[in-house]
Amino acid sequence: MFEKNASEKAMPETAASRTTAPEQIAVSIRHLSKSFDGVEVLRDVDLEVREGDVVTILGSSGSGKSTLLRCINWLEQPDRGSIHIGGQRIGVNDAGRPMPVRELARVRARTGMVFQSFNLWPHLNVLHNVTEAPIHVLGKSKAEAEAHARELLEKVGMSPKADAYPNTLSGGQKQRVAIARALAMQPQVMLFDEPTSALDPELVGEVLSVIKDLSAEGYTMVIVTHEMAFARAVSDQVVFLEKGLIIEKADPETFFTNPSTERVRKFLERDES
Amino acid sequence: MSNWEILWSARDQFWSGFLSTMEIFGLSVSAAFVIGCGMLYLLEGSRPRLTVPLRVFIDGMRMLPFLILAYLLYYGLPAFDVRLDAWWSGVGALAVYHGCYFAEIFRGARLTFPPGQVEAAKAHGFTKGKMFFRLILPQIVMQTRPLLGNQLIYALKDTAFLVIITVRELTAAANSLSGTYFIPTEAFIVVIGFYWAVSVVMEIIIKQCGRFSAKRGFDHV
Repeated sequence: MFEKNASEKAMPETAASRTTAPEQIAVSIRHLSKSFDGVEVLRDVDLEVREGDVVTILGSSGSGKSTLLRCINWLEQPDRGSIHIGGQRIGVNDAGRPMPVRELARVRARTGMVFQSFNLWPHLNVLHNVTEAPIHVLGKSKAEAEAHARELLEKVGMSPKADAYPNTLSGGQKQRVAIARALAMQPQVMLFDEPTSALDPELVGEVLSVIKDLSAEGYTMVIVTHEMAFARAVSDQVVFLEKGLIIEKADPETFFTNPSTERVRKFLERDES
Repeated sequence: MSNWEILWSARDQFWSGFLSTMEIFGLSVSAAFVIGCGMLYLLEGSRPRLTVPLRVFIDGMRMLPFLILAYLLYYGLPAFDVRLDAWWSGVGALAVYHGCYFAEIFRGARLTFPPGQVEAAKAHGFTKGKMFFRLILPQIVMQTRPLLGNQLIYALKDTAFLVIITVRELTAAANSLSGTYFIPTEAFIVVIGFYWAVSVVMEIIIKQCGRFSAKRGFDHV
């Protein structure tokens, strides 16, 4: 697999060249470990996300799921192990040294992240939030970036608010803009860090339905969530983390109806009650 | 001739003093703003070899009376074979002094800048420089607008100190007229009027800028 990825790396980085390879691995995580102040948050985690797959990460709070997600785009630096995004290793260069910042930024730009607290840039209107990184990171022309941004805003149902500023939007609307902003980078994988946890219950649905649409369109996504029904509906693979260990990894049917561990069974029961 | 008539006949002197003050003010606060932004950018890094001396310098400036800095630049530097004329010493002193104040205002706002926005920028592939100039700095300036306005008024008033190092500005004009004709009250009242008018105009401009930032939700300072 690594040979294959190494040859991929030499190819020009276009969306087309990425998707033509069959059974391409979008994200490969190997032997990942991380501790904070001596507390092990991730322990030897292995995970593979195939191109076009949706992987949801479940687990109680403090189980390490957000840390795992944040390691993928190097917002957290793991202590050991490796992460490859589309065959390109993130954070560490070929010589085994920490990546120079520019190179790291380039690899990061292959991922799109949606945060629990939206993190839109409040001084920019909705349209410019979406075009900011494509113009100033990818170097797209303004016209091209805006045309693409308008398409994406249409997709997430935020076209009418293109000129509004974030402080005038509801949480659900902010999150939909944040999704469009991440998509605008044409990432190889979308990372969702509890995208609905900061929302009023009646706003959760609009965000989940956008994510569901994306999964139908074949986007590769890794989602940390507490929404069980949603996880069951969109996932190709469900991963359960407990104290930094992956204790269950299964397709959603098996995971939700016939989990192999007692811990997951309990977790699901608690959710039903 | 009444005292006021004397002053009216010397209006050219006031006017050229006023223009000189405005020139010094405009140039020095522009430079101070750039210095403040530059210092904030340098403080962004986590390299203590750079940030510690910079913090010490900023604090040192803030603890120094402006007049003494102006003296030092004008009378002190020639001892090191650096000779600036009065005008450039004055502009330089104002720029550095208020630049440090700008930096300190910005630094305060930077401390409360939401870290999530920085993470979002990193996640979208931004590197430090672009992130700073496109995402962090514009918000910090909008957020600190009222404090910056205040600092501009301080800077305007500090230009008056430059009379001490023989800069021919507004206060110098009043000083010389009051000395020549011995009419200090009227001469200084005129000068107060000038400073006051400029301050009022600045206040209005800063308020107008407030609309721009209020639209973006930045007016809870």
